[in-house]
Amino acid sequence: MTALLIRGGHLIDPAAGIDAPKDILLKDGRVAEVAAPGKIKSNGAETLDATGLTVAPGLIDIHVHLREPGQSHKETIATGTASAAAGGFTSVAAMPNTVPVNDSPEITRWMLAPERGAQVRVFPIAAATRGSRGEAINDFAALKAAGAVAVTDDGHPILKDGIMRETLAAAARVGLSVIQHAEDTRLTQGCSMNAGPTAFKLGLRGMPVEAESGLVERDIRLVTELRDARVHLHVAHTSTAAAVAAVRQARRNGLRVTCEVAPHHFLLTEEHVGLYNTHAKMNPPLRSAADRDAMIEAILDGVVDAIATDHAPHAVHEKEVEFEHAPNGITGLETALGLSLRWLHREWKLPLGRVLSLLSAQPAALLGLRGRGTLAAGSFADVVVFDPRAEWTYRAADTRSRSRNTPFDGWTMQGKVRWTISEGRVVYTSA
Amino acid sequence: MNATAQPARRQLNSPPVPPSPFPYNPGSLLSVQDLSLEAVSHILARANALEGMDPLVRARILAKRRVALLFYESSTRTRTSFELAAKGLGADTTLVSSLSSSIEKGETLKDTGLTLRALGAEAIILRHNSSGAPWLLEQSTHLPVLNAGDGMHEHPTQALLDLRTILQHLRPGAESVAADTLSGVTVTIVGDIFHSRVARSNMLLLPRLGARVLLCGPKELLPEIAPTAGPGIAIERDFEAALRQSQVVMMLRIQAERLAGMQIDLDQYKASYQLTGQRLAALAPQAVVLHPGPIIRGLELTAGVADGPQSAILEQVRNGVAIRMAVVERALATHGGRA
Repeated sequence: MTALLIRGGHLIDPAAGIDAPKDILLKDGRVAEVAAPGKIKSNGAETLDATGLTVAPGLIDIHVHLREPGQSHKETIATGTASAAAGGFTSVAAMPNTVPVNDSPEITRWMLAPERGAQVRVFPIAAATRGSRGEAINDFAALKAAGAVAVTDDGHPILKDGIMRETLAAAARVGLSVIQHAEDTRLTQGCSMNAGPTAFKLGLRGMPVEAESGLVERDIRLVTELRDARVHLHVAHTSTAAAVAAVRQARRNGLRVTCEVAPHHFLLTEEHVGLYNTHAKMNPPLRSAADRDAMIEAILDGVVDAIATDHAPHAVHEKEVEFEHAPNGITGLETALGLSLRWLHREWKLPLGRVLSLLSAQPAALLGLRGRGTLAAGSFADVVVFDPRAEWTYRAADTRSRSRNTPFDGWTMQGKVRWTISEGRVVYTSA
Repeated sequence: MNATAQPARRQLNSPPVPPSPFPYNPGSLLSVQDLSLEAVSHILARANALEGMDPLVRARILAKRRVALLFYESSTRTRTSFELAAKGLGADTTLVSSLSSSIEKGETLKDTGLTLRALGAEAIILRHNSSGAPWLLEQSTHLPVLNAGDGMHEHPTQALLDLRTILQHLRPGAESVAADTLSGVTVTIVGDIFHSRVARSNMLLLPRLGARVLLCGPKELLPEIAPTAGPGIAIERDFEAALRQSQVVMMLRIQAERLAGMQIDLDQYKASYQLTGQRLAALAPQAVVLHPGPIIRGLELTAGVADGPQSAILEQVRNGVAIRMAVVERALATHGGRA
């Protein structure tokens, strides 16, 4: 296999504690050597000149909807991972709300088969219960053996206390995390945005913040009661101050409870719904400015463990309908880095290393992805090389995703990906 | 755990909300908020002029222009008055309703709108059960779209005809409206505010003319946040206290079709909020009683009140035709032809 030498760049590898000019040699899909500039002999290796660029561990998105099997008109594993590569991501964790639901080792293996044409590494997250119906728990050991890295019923949160308790316990026994989309759906029937003044004015039924925080609090109570250090609850796409406060408290109490925040939840508010813009419709919904500010604060003060996009592609015609009838979700793989650098780093002064950690080292640790999220010698050769100062404008029409349902079309991004390298292979090169 | 939103520790600069692209067509009437007071005055003046005009002269104004009525919900007053209004101006109208069209076969609102445009429609009057549908239709077709009621959101022509009715009673002879036209006037809107597009349009329009709007109803039908919709809006849950302050009382129907499982104790509701002859005589003997219809006699108001001397309910219906003539004329006048 060919070797690749990345020369002249500034390496930021938060997990290894490196923030310095380094050259890095990739060989046979792994990091072979990291050394001071000029110290590595090329020995015929292909060379990438990273002068003026930042070299970092490939980004990891632990919340992505790749839509295969079953909804390839929205996205395929090939197009979704191509989009990931363009956004600097080298690992994506795929949610199980496919058609059929990924609740079996067969589907998990099907997703991982080379025929899917994945451009970057895919980590399937399997359904916690049969068909994600919240009734019967799946065989987690078999799912893990097939390649699943966590379990969740994502869009169909597990409401029954007994089933959730059993899920947490059973997943812990085989070393899997349980991810909960925290939404008490008994409180959100027929709702299409955040409850509050904007929803009232627009004549839309609103989801109360308690629908999220109440379920997070319930889940934390179950984790507390289980008294098993192996139990890991991960709260997906946290959007409310109350939910983050609950996670913060659980951590203080020594529980293994983690959370992620999506860029749209640290950037946008319910005001961005405007006059029924379906590209501002997602679940959890865009919240109040106070909740949005709480997401920023939680990222800055370290409660948040990962930035995850909840990349949720939908075809144009599916979003061009009445707001209430439009499907939830937006794409996010190509805008996460640019928005994080523009806002978290430049505007809100989160150090670059911490931004990158939230997009690589921490999510890797969270899901136990060994050899990912760092460029220490011996790790997988998953690398993103980007110009941290470059400003550019995102154009949804240019996306590599099959869908273009983004509220960030035309937005200014900071940090342009030059190369994305997945296990030693250059999978994206900017024009 | 009782965690609540805490104020951010620092002032955060954050991405601005992009400006609204609406309306795409200056002839559209999507929300009362799109109308300046000058535009409201113009509509009221044209309603007067058109109403008083010789029907044969009036019928030349929009002779053979094409107006489509697209109705996804049943309607008596709004549909008929829009149709009479458009026809009164000489326009050809066509009615498409969700139960007798390809909408039943799954055709989307966008495609239905594009089809109507291809058939030559120059404006579309839309009644829809989803809030926001007129914005989608306008964005899809760029035609003038007249919102004839969208879900729980707005019903701008209803607010305009209510305004005309209020002015006829309280400010007879008023030629135009300004920010103080309804100073000193309290309008109480009673009942199912949450599900009511009529309430939303009125509470967003009347305070701009100086009126105070009181909202009255039980918690399930009137959320605490309702007054945040705009200035000049307050909640008064005590119906009798509200009546005492009111020059105008607007009664609303409980929208059974939108309750979504909500349980309302009707006996208790009537005891607290029904407008009876006794209450009216004792507490608001001069007030004008409005109702956008359809009325449910014996529920939100008694038959005696509906038919009584303070009721302006049928005047509202008549004013609907005049107001809708004005907005249909405006839709096609400000727009030379097809998009």
